[in-house]
Amino acid sequence: MWDYLVQERADIAFGAYQHTSLVVQCVVLATVLAFALAVLVTRVPRLEGVANAVSAIGLTLPSFALLGFLLPLLSLGTGPAVAAVTFYAVLPILRNAVVGLQGVDRTLLESARGMGMDPVSTLVRVQLPLAWPVILAGVRTSTQMTMGVAAIAAIVLGPGLGTYIFSGLEQIGSANALHSALVGTVGVVVLALVLDLLLLLFGRLTTSKGIRV
Amino acid sequence: MNDHSQQHPDGVSGVDLELKDVTKKYAGQQTPAVDGLSLHIPAGEIVMFVGPSGCGKTTSLKMINRLIEPTSGTITIDGEDVRSQKVDDLRRHIGYVIQGGSLFPHMTVAQNIALVPGLLGWDKKKADERVDELLDLVSLDAGRYRDRYPRELSGGQQQRVGVARGLAADPPVVLMDEPFGAVDPITRQRLQDELMSIQSELGKTIVCVTHDIDEAIKLGDRICILQEGARVAQYDTPANILAAPADEFVEDFVGAGSSLKQLTLARVSDVELSPWTTVTVGESSRDALARAEQAGHSSVVVLDSRKRPRGWTWLRDLRAAETVPEPRTDEILGVDRRATLNDALDDMLTSSHGAAIVTGRRDEFLGVVDFATVTQQIQDAGEAAEREAAGTA
Ligand SMILES: Nc1ncnc2c1ncn2[C@@H]1O[C@H](COP(=O)(O)OP(=O)(O)O)[C@@H](O)[C@H]1O
Ligand SMILES: [Mg+2]
Repeated sequence: MWDYLVQERADIAFGAYQHTSLVVQCVVLATVLAFALAVLVTRVPRLEGVANAVSAIGLTLPSFALLGFLLPLLSLGTGPAVAAVTFYAVLPILRNAVVGLQGVDRTLLESARGMGMDPVSTLVRVQLPLAWPVILAGVRTSTQMTMGVAAIAAIVLGPGLGTYIFSGLEQIGSANALHSALVGTVGVVVLALVLDLLLLLFGRLTTSKGIRV
Repeated sequence: MNDHSQQHPDGVSGVDLELKDVTKKYAGQQTPAVDGLSLHIPAGEIVMFVGPSGCGKTTSLKMINRLIEPTSGTITIDGEDVRSQKVDDLRRHIGYVIQGGSLFPHMTVAQNIALVPGLLGWDKKKADERVDELLDLVSLDAGRYRDRYPRELSGGQQQRVGVARGLAADPPVVLMDEPFGAVDPITRQRLQDELMSIQSELGKTIVCVTHDIDEAIKLGDRICILQEGARVAQYDTPANILAAPADEFVEDFVGAGSSLKQLTLARVSDVELSPWTTVTVGESSRDALARAEQAGHSSVVVLDSRKRPRGWTWLRDLRAAETVPEPRTDEILGVDRRATLNDALDDMLTSSHGAAIVTGRRDEFLGVVDFATVTQQIQDAGEAAEREAAGTA
């Protein structure tokens, strides 16, 4: 096993980097999209039903079911696969953003307006900072999920860590099959933990001391 | 002292406010929440809106800063229609204080207070100075509280910051919606006293909503008693409303036996203050004891470096320490000289010292009123009211 790691270390490192890069890009894009959508559905009275439906979605989405949905898309190529990964990344963030934005005390928003803050600064300076911890929790869930999804999407997107899993499974019986599959799975788990820790740290740095738990 | 008192030495910085036939009918409502309200609010006065829950007080108030747009009618501030300027500009020049202070929890005390100055484009230095000045005005130590977050403050302190925030940009008009509804009775009395003290310094035009008639009598230059649909039952000074309620509704509302209510009109400043031995934090206990013993007092009032009363101390506790110890809490004790005699009585009962500390401008110690003086005054006032009632009957 050790020999395998040493021998393949450059490839593994590159795979891990690709994997992380894909996940981070998708999650960042998803966060922006989810926030914009959340603002839209919580602001437009006619979309209130949509907002409530979104916030009623369970906090932890069954990612295995989502992986099933993803498989048919894999034949479509890189672009659609990235789009699909992003789409799934949006869901947990959107849900939390809606809950977070709706959870901000209405009297605070009315105070802000009553003091002469315009709607945009009320959103940016009051509503967003107060909803931020909840939104960030969504980003963490989404990141975990996207880690797994990206491993599968590696078939078309390669060369993330997912390729190790698949090549391992394809060559069952051969000398390096087990090593390859282990590198893929353990690598994904380790990366997921590291990213989660980084997000936790990021959350502490970007959440006001006045509302930190 | 500060820019403020120099700008308006006992003057009026408020402006006239006028509501003309203002009506608000919410979508789907059968009868309007506010039905043709007309009211003139003179510059520099506190007008209290009081009435039963749901009678339209909040709606009336929010139409002044256009958080609610009237269905019809006009509102003018200093002769200018509130619709003649951009809504955010209008609101930046009207103070708005609501129950609990409604502070933004993710901002520090200083950031909360400096919000409107920031929106108005003040530079940082001027805003910072203003924050300290306002904290001082609401009796909070700037050095200690400036950088705290709202959750690190008591309810009363949060409400003080709320008042400071409302006054931050020196608006001529301040709107308050049940500002002291969320605090305990003793803190509420203290906050009311402070508001009166601040108002005597600033002379704003203040419209304040309350459901508590005693608060209205205490704070108001005028009281506007509202009925369902914000119809004015009576609009007059507290003394006139108590002496001559306009109708049965007002009579019921101000309470049976309004001759007793008249007592809430009597102020601490109506009775004579007695001196008391005071000691300053940090001074030698020996000197303090000598003064107290000479005066024949068994307890002394502890003042801080700005002459604000911080506590009562028995002589035996003084003997135990080298110097006068720092008080345990940040609270400032006593009642303002504008407080009612009822407040003074409450204070005596809770402090169990048989006398209430009286404070003046910026919470400076003035003296004490004792139990006998207050009860005598109440008795006299009661008898006078009875004679009057008998005379008019
Ligand atoms: N946004 C609203 N939509 C519909 N009706 C309202 C709204 N706000 C207040 N009302 C109604 O208008 C009336 C007056 O309310 P309000 O001004 O809040 O009374 P108060 O402050 O005196 O308790 C009440 O009957 C209340 O139910
Ligand atoms: Mg109300």
